[in-house]
Amino acid sequence: MEDTGLVTVLLAMLAGAIRVSTPFMFVALGECLTEKSGRINLGLEGTLVFGAMAAYATSFLTGSPWLGVIVAGLSGSLFGALHGAICRLKGVNDIAIGIAMMLFGTGLAFFFGKAYIQPVAPHLPSIALGFWTDNPNLAKALEINPLFLIGIALAVLLWWALANTRMGLILRTTGDSAPAALALGINVDLVRFLATAFGGFLAGIGGAFLSLYYPGSWTEGLSSGQGLMAVALVIFSRWNPLACVGAALLFGAAGALGPALQSIGISRGYHFFNAAPYLLTLIIMILTTSPTRSLKGAPGELSITK
Amino acid sequence: MTDVTLTTPSHPLADLGDRLRRGSEYVVIPLAALLASALLFSLFLLALGKSPVTFVELIWKGGFGSAFAFQQTLVRASPLILTALCVAIPARLGMVVIGGEGALVLGGFAAAVIAIPFVGHAPAVLILPLMALAAVAAGALWIGAVGVLRHYRGINETISSLLLYYIARSILNFFVEGALRDPSDPNKPSTMPIGADNMIGAIPGTTVHWGLAAGIVACVLIWILLNRTTFGFAARITGGNVRAAKAQGLPVGKLVLVSTAIAGACAGLAGFFEVAAIQGKANASLLAGYGFTGILVSFLARHNPLAIVPVAIFLGAINSSGGLIQRRLDLPDATVLVLQGLMFVVLLISDTFYGRFAVFKSKGA
Repeated sequence: MEDTGLVTVLLAMLAGAIRVSTPFMFVALGECLTEKSGRINLGLEGTLVFGAMAAYATSFLTGSPWLGVIVAGLSGSLFGALHGAICRLKGVNDIAIGIAMMLFGTGLAFFFGKAYIQPVAPHLPSIALGFWTDNPNLAKALEINPLFLIGIALAVLLWWALANTRMGLILRTTGDSAPAALALGINVDLVRFLATAFGGFLAGIGGAFLSLYYPGSWTEGLSSGQGLMAVALVIFSRWNPLACVGAALLFGAAGALGPALQSIGISRGYHFFNAAPYLLTLIIMILTTSPTRSLKGAPGELSITK
Repeated sequence: MTDVTLTTPSHPLADLGDRLRRGSEYVVIPLAALLASALLFSLFLLALGKSPVTFVELIWKGGFGSAFAFQQTLVRASPLILTALCVAIPARLGMVVIGGEGALVLGGFAAAVIAIPFVGHAPAVLILPLMALAAVAAGALWIGAVGVLRHYRGINETISSLLLYYIARSILNFFVEGALRDPSDPNKPSTMPIGADNMIGAIPGTTVHWGLAAGIVACVLIWILLNRTTFGFAARITGGNVRAAKAQGLPVGKLVLVSTAIAGACAGLAGFFEVAAIQGKANASLLAGYGFTGILVSFLARHNPLAIVPVAIFLGAINSSGGLIQRRLDLPDATVLVLQGLMFVVLLISDTFYGRFAVFKSKGA
């Protein structure tokens, strides 16, 4: 009896890790790219929430969840563009702007999202990769959303492009030393603007996953800090897109712990396990940072690690 | 973000007119930013077919329109004052702490919990100071931990303080829905009530609780600490340039730890007043978002403790007219959030205008 309980919990955690990690992965990849350009966007939490609302509303109104994903991405890139445009002004602090954008994005999402809390919108489909197994739990765990696979493909692409393409080189140079980039004739502000806008695009898609797949509805408590935890996750991944995927899976598993235990009837410490991802983030940050030396792989222009 | 000019120690021969001229930049620009955000928000309302004039009227009516409304505003302003201090004190060191809500929640929780064994056995004169002490200690430890993580591990305080907020929220829910739940309360999971006899009551002649007075006193004390003591001076140097501060032999670590602990103590105190003056017990109502609005208050006040009081009253008025706006204009309650977010963004954009206008420059300089 105990044995099957453990297997159920592990399978539920695997399934949970895959489900819960997707939004982390998208936000982290977006933030990774933005930070590679030497700027930090703490406003992705707001972007994520707005993306979730926009995707849900679009899917409800048009009946097409994929259109919802695109609208979420586009609205996310608008938020990113706003952040990028403001940060190029002299004397403006990118961290403070991020906090303001977080509140602004969340406020707008709640404002426009009021009408969509009740209705049920079409969800994103999933691919049943568990067709070969008789174990219903395993089959359920392997029902995978296409966005998860797209995220992994994107991580590989970004990892390759950062190291091997001209654009990747421009981005890295801008992030490591703005004066050097200027000397090479690179338009630093433009590169950062585009990197922040693209980062917002990905965060918006992460939000679409939240409202259109898992948990799969639009509520005001939908996101609880995923957008901000992603920033920590990027630091933990040392600005490496591939490591971002691994870290997202780890965070997903931590986030799935509470619901997994609940699925076999252990609900006593539900709120305690809810805190697991935050505690994990904090512990990881404690273990991996140092007060004296700068982090390996950190973009030299990044204010958060200076 | 470091407003050095306003708080530069006065030169004995400093020309008052010059100082006023330079200081006025820090009043005119934020006010212009507020005006600009009001205009933008008006466009937003017009686009939705709502009248901005009615909106302003409703905020006036709901926030200041009657003695009752104004007292409601002040009740909401008091936690804002204390949570804004939680942002303003570390800001002097160049730190952006945004987790004041977590310290408020844990402060309120600690206050409610420590009262449980004494309710009915000890007088309020004993219980209330004990509750306040517990709240202050909980808040100081919570945000102090942010300082520890920053100083000893180099962890960014913005991220760690927000993570700690989520953890604080889980701690509250864990105990309030579990071991410490009052079984006799069928509605909302809460701790045992502290009892009507132990409630802190209102300032005589008003319906405003003592939290407002405490907040104002705290602002004055912290203004003195930051502007008239060597501690404050050292903090400002550190905020300007950490390396220079270290080279001068300033105790940067101690400054960070003490500042974050005091900051957390303020937010914890806000939690104490929410429990001892309003809720009477700890429950999810503590998660009202005061800590997050407090961030905006502190930024609007340019992290100046004395400016925090009027700004907190202003935002308290906007907050307390939210219900009226919702009913009369048929707008969602998140309207207030949109307005606040917009104000925040525009205010930060206005940072770029400092030092650009000759009007504000001293003549001698």
